[in-house]
Amino acid sequence: MLLRELSEASGVSGHEDAVRQLILDAIKDLVDEHRVDTLGNLIALKKGTGQARRKASSSRRKVMLAAHMDEIGLMIVHLEKEGSLRFRPVGGIDPRVLLAKKVLIGDDSVPGVIGVKPIHLLEPKAREQVIPVNEMSIDIGTSSKEEAERLVRLGDYAVFDATFGELGGELRTVKGKAFDDRAGCAVLIELLRDTYAFDLYAVFTVQEEVGLRGARVAAHAIAPDVAFVLEGTVCDDIPKKRDISPTTTLGGGPAITLMDRSVIADRRLVEILVNTAEKNDIPYQFKQPGLGGTDAGAIHLSREGVPSAVVSVPSRNIHSPACVLSLNDLENTVHLMHKTLARIHEVDLNW
Amino acid sequence: MKEIIKELTEAFGASGSEHGVRERIRQRMAGRADEIRVDPLGNLIAFKKRKPKKGVQARRIMLAAHMDEIGVMISHVDEKGFLRFTRIGGVRPLSLLGSRVVFADGTIGIIGREKPEKRDEFPSLDKMFIDVGAVDKEHLTRKVGDVAVFMRPFSDLGQRLTAKAFDDRIGCAILVQTAEELETTPHDVYFVFTVQEEVGLRGALTSAFGVEPEVAIAVDVTTTGDTPEAHPMAVSLGAGPAIKVKDGGMLAHPGVKSWMADTAERLGLPHQFEVLEGGTTDAMAIQTSRAGIAAGVISIPCRYVHTPSEMVDYDDVQNAVKLLVGLLSGPADI
Repeated sequence: MLLRELSEASGVSGHEDAVRQLILDAIKDLVDEHRVDTLGNLIALKKGTGQARRKASSSRRKVMLAAHMDEIGLMIVHLEKEGSLRFRPVGGIDPRVLLAKKVLIGDDSVPGVIGVKPIHLLEPKAREQVIPVNEMSIDIGTSSKEEAERLVRLGDYAVFDATFGELGGELRTVKGKAFDDRAGCAVLIELLRDTYAFDLYAVFTVQEEVGLRGARVAAHAIAPDVAFVLEGTVCDDIPKKRDISPTTTLGGGPAITLMDRSVIADRRLVEILVNTAEKNDIPYQFKQPGLGGTDAGAIHLSREGVPSAVVSVPSRNIHSPACVLSLNDLENTVHLMHKTLARIHEVDLNW
Repeated sequence: MKEIIKELTEAFGASGSEHGVRERIRQRMAGRADEIRVDPLGNLIAFKKRKPKKGVQARRIMLAAHMDEIGVMISHVDEKGFLRFTRIGGVRPLSLLGSRVVFADGTIGIIGREKPEKRDEFPSLDKMFIDVGAVDKEHLTRKVGDVAVFMRPFSDLGQRLTAKAFDDRIGCAILVQTAEELETTPHDVYFVFTVQEEVGLRGALTSAFGVEPEVAIAVDVTTTGDTPEAHPMAVSLGAGPAIKVKDGGMLAHPGVKSWMADTAERLGLPHQFEVLEGGTTDAMAIQTSRAGIAAGVISIPCRYVHTPSEMVDYDDVQNAVKLLVGLLSGPADI
């Protein structure tokens, strides 16, 4: 399964090479042109084809679909003389997620574990405290700086060492790291198997997790008329005492963004997504408004502005080594996007 | 002009849902501009072409006032039909409690709160909810994503006016009135009514890229220091439109600032200078667009900003129009 390979590939923000190569291999025969831009975004063009293309040639639109290749991770910033490694987070990581986790460092995937003080040694008060990242270290089994230097260099990236696996169930759940946003990458690759009447720019972006940086420059270069961002998003659907939003629900279908901290989704695009889902009996849900941010935040403000929307695959435990998603949701996201793109010309982009 | 102010402040238009107010402005601007268009994000751009004047170098001038107002968006509908919500822009819980909100279709909601843990505890937004009077969930027509704004009519207090959304419908009204009073101008003037200012100057960013002006003036409200025990600030209601020196996001272009001050002096218009510690306006986003733009701000002193009852002085408003007409009638050599 492609999602397995995408999930297990290493690609922390700024070093997405392995993921990009994997995606390039998967899409090169599905697109007309592809290139890698200065910042490392993989930009592929699938030209519009068929009757519809000729008919609509005067008003043919450029549609940009974006999914980010990068994942959150760690960067090695110091080698201790006892051979352990100090690190800093790249992107948003909850320090509580890090303790006692296995990691892989650098291009040679040197294995390591993040140290933790056993509960036996903790004062009762210390058990309630969060240990800051700058007090943690990675143990790669070396006992001197010299020995560590033979395996690791300053600036090397580290990712969670997490294997993809199936949990199963009616929702066909799978677990793995980096579903944010390899789930979106998987959806976008799948969408490229079809043909469209418009020129489709599939963009696999870099550096989303550190500030939507790749999307910003890619959107400027492409100057699209409309954009969809494909994401893996927060799902917090464990039972709660209060009747409040679960953000999204696993198995509830693709999550459509209305508003997050980076963008207010274009209402006309939200409408056609909802309408298409209802017409085709595709389950869908709205992501709880007001939370998070995606590449759409940068894309919609590009040049004179780009009407943009976000469709996400819900994932529990994102930004951890054990994300959980439902393959039903993933397939329904592909289905919804596919059906929506087939009628995107119906959207009147004039106000 | 009070009629325009009443119409625009009472119009519906939270950030991202500016349709209602945009259509009202579009009608008002029809016939007052040579060309009107709406850009991809929803900014309304009305262009008034220059009439060359001897000895005056024509400039591309952008005037910006934002159409959007702060509001709330439904984030969750509970089993009994109560609505949880999130903020759109700088809505404060203090202003919501006891207030009413209205949805685009006129549905009215009141703000309720959960039982406080402690007696005097002030609730955060996640402990509050909207009650639209639905008997149960079955009869509820509201859904996640629906948007509401403060419900409050415009009131004419004589010299002073009060309404919701003076931030920045007063700027919109001033631009409309300026277009009305400005018979000819030696400059190419773009009256831009922007979207999504309250969530991060977003419409200004894209419209400035599209308009590509040489000079830009944002017209927006600023806070004052003239109420009891107010945070010290040398801006008062009735002392004239305020010429911005700086705010939390920008330093006004000194050339634009003196152009404004000199023009006000020449026309004998009262004016004051404004140094705002927090907050900013569309001019911040415009200033750094493309290769950089000479940008300044005419601020309308306004009390109780971001509450359902903001207050401005009518003379300040009219003098801002006179100042803009004066600026656009003569040379703009920054």
